[in-house]
Amino acid sequence: MSAHLEISRLNKVYPTPKGPACIVKDFDLKVRQGEFIALIGHSGCGKSTVLSMIAGLNEITSGGIFLTGKEVTGPGPDRGVVFQSPCLLPWMTAFENVMLGIDNVFYTADRHERRQIAEYYLTIVGLADSMHKRPAELSQGMRQRVGIARAFALDPKMLLLDEPFGMLDSLTRMELQQVLVDLWRRDQKTAIIVTHDVDEAIFLADRVVMMSNGPAAEVGDILEIPFEHPRNRKELLESPDYYALRDYLITFLEERAHIHPSETKAGPAPGNVVSFPPPDISAPAAEKSAAIK
Amino acid sequence: MAFLEIKGADKGFGVGKARSEVLRDIQLEIAEGEFVAIVGYSGSGKTTLINLIAGLSRPDTGTVTLNGAPITGPGPDRGIVFQNYSLLPWLTVTENIALAVDQVFSTWTPAERAAHIAKFIAMVNLTPARDKKPGELSGGMRQRVSVARALAMDPKILLLDEPLGALDALTRATLQQEIGQISRQAGKTVLLITNDVDEALLLADRIIPLTPGPGATLGESFVVDKPIERNRHLINHDPDFKRLRARIIQFLLDCGEQRKLVVNKKLTLPDLEPEDLTRRGPVLFNKPRPRRKNTTRREDVEIAA
Repeated sequence: MSAHLEISRLNKVYPTPKGPACIVKDFDLKVRQGEFIALIGHSGCGKSTVLSMIAGLNEITSGGIFLTGKEVTGPGPDRGVVFQSPCLLPWMTAFENVMLGIDNVFYTADRHERRQIAEYYLTIVGLADSMHKRPAELSQGMRQRVGIARAFALDPKMLLLDEPFGMLDSLTRMELQQVLVDLWRRDQKTAIIVTHDVDEAIFLADRVVMMSNGPAAEVGDILEIPFEHPRNRKELLESPDYYALRDYLITFLEERAHIHPSETKAGPAPGNVVSFPPPDISAPAAEKSAAIK
Repeated sequence: MAFLEIKGADKGFGVGKARSEVLRDIQLEIAEGEFVAIVGYSGSGKTTLINLIAGLSRPDTGTVTLNGAPITGPGPDRGIVFQNYSLLPWLTVTENIALAVDQVFSTWTPAERAAHIAKFIAMVNLTPARDKKPGELSGGMRQRVSVARALAMDPKILLLDEPLGALDALTRATLQQEIGQISRQAGKTVLLITNDVDEALLLADRIIPLTPGPGATLGESFVVDKPIERNRHLINHDPDFKRLRARIIQFLLDCGEQRKLVVNKKLTLPDLEPEDLTRRGPVLFNKPRPRRKNTTRREDVEIAA
């Protein structure tokens, strides 16, 4: 059976005056229908490059991306993208911004039904009373809610979220994570989120893909998050497993992100799936510091 | 009497109908040498609160006193670090700090002042960049200059207004460690304003939540009863820290829930299939009919208004 989204030996190389720079190296990933994947890694590790290649906004150097069996060759409304800044047109209201995509994708439907779609999603994201305001009258968090509504309204096969909450304060961020995950469950969407917030990754994702530092970013380990959806943040915060997962991811970012799996002979193979409970990770770190001494 | 004391302070802006109450009945006492963090949503009035202490604005009612003396205006006894660094772009790192030091220590000889400036640049690890202008520095380095400038004035209290909010996660973690170390070395009283519960847990002796506005007020203090040498792993492992973290986050999320009114709405989502736009041709006679899934959703949803 083929996966909903399949990324196979994906490479991205940019030509530079000093010779070609490999940004993403042999990236492999299969995503099931209805799965929520988080890509984590440091700034500049190539996470967003992978996402924009899936979105079709960035050319693929080699390898392939297949969405429901069809190769991705350019951008299209079957993939909804939520950017870090919501990119709303400032002269249009929130409602009109959402209608822009709906009018195209549902051009065969009548106007009344198209408006119902926009009203539905804007209400669900919590903008029932503000949907006829312009972006300048909305707070940063509300603008990002519009961005989420706009992406879901087109009924895409796949949602691509590029650090969608990076510009929000940590409390507003938690509120919007809830909005996002509720909609994802309601519509049974498949989603990939790029983030460097460990708590966000654990709260949202079924699997967390850890990327090694760029240049030439690769898939490090893949961590399965064992909590059932819907997740309750309070229960999560009280679960000892939560802290084990959190610690695993923090340690990866702090200590191991710069180790490239393909260069370490003894290290785990790329795309190694870490089951739960995660193996003891203090050992390799201790070896490393001993080696430095 | 507490070192810094705010009693029954209210602050609002505007008059008549346009009036909005930002802070209501703020009570705060900070002891000398204490590190206090105030955590709250953006827009809840955190910066308004720090402006009252900095003397950049006056409360409508109530009093703000430092060491028993009422605060009537800004002064060098309170060093502020702003989120946006507030450095002068045409001056180098040394000159930016000299601006503050020359004012505050005007009786010193130029050599003494230069040595003082160099000491604080070294404290924030910026000696190699001392002759660079802010435009040539990264965000993290600029914020270090801002911290050095505030500390070089030898203030009685250091006010940090979301100092790390504009930085990426990794730089933030490094600077958090540095701020912790520097404030311990200098033995300063510090008031940190942040929206990051982890940052507060890492640095503060006491964490006070600010409820969301309008009419924001300070909640009950959470005392962080742990040795001051902390790191992120400790926060992650220590059961007391985990409990405290869960309690503070829950408190703030509950506050956020309370400010919303829940209403019921009837919604309909038509069961349309998205069209394949790559096959969209010119419409000549009959407009194509939409394809349907036969699962029109009609829902009553409870939503926050």
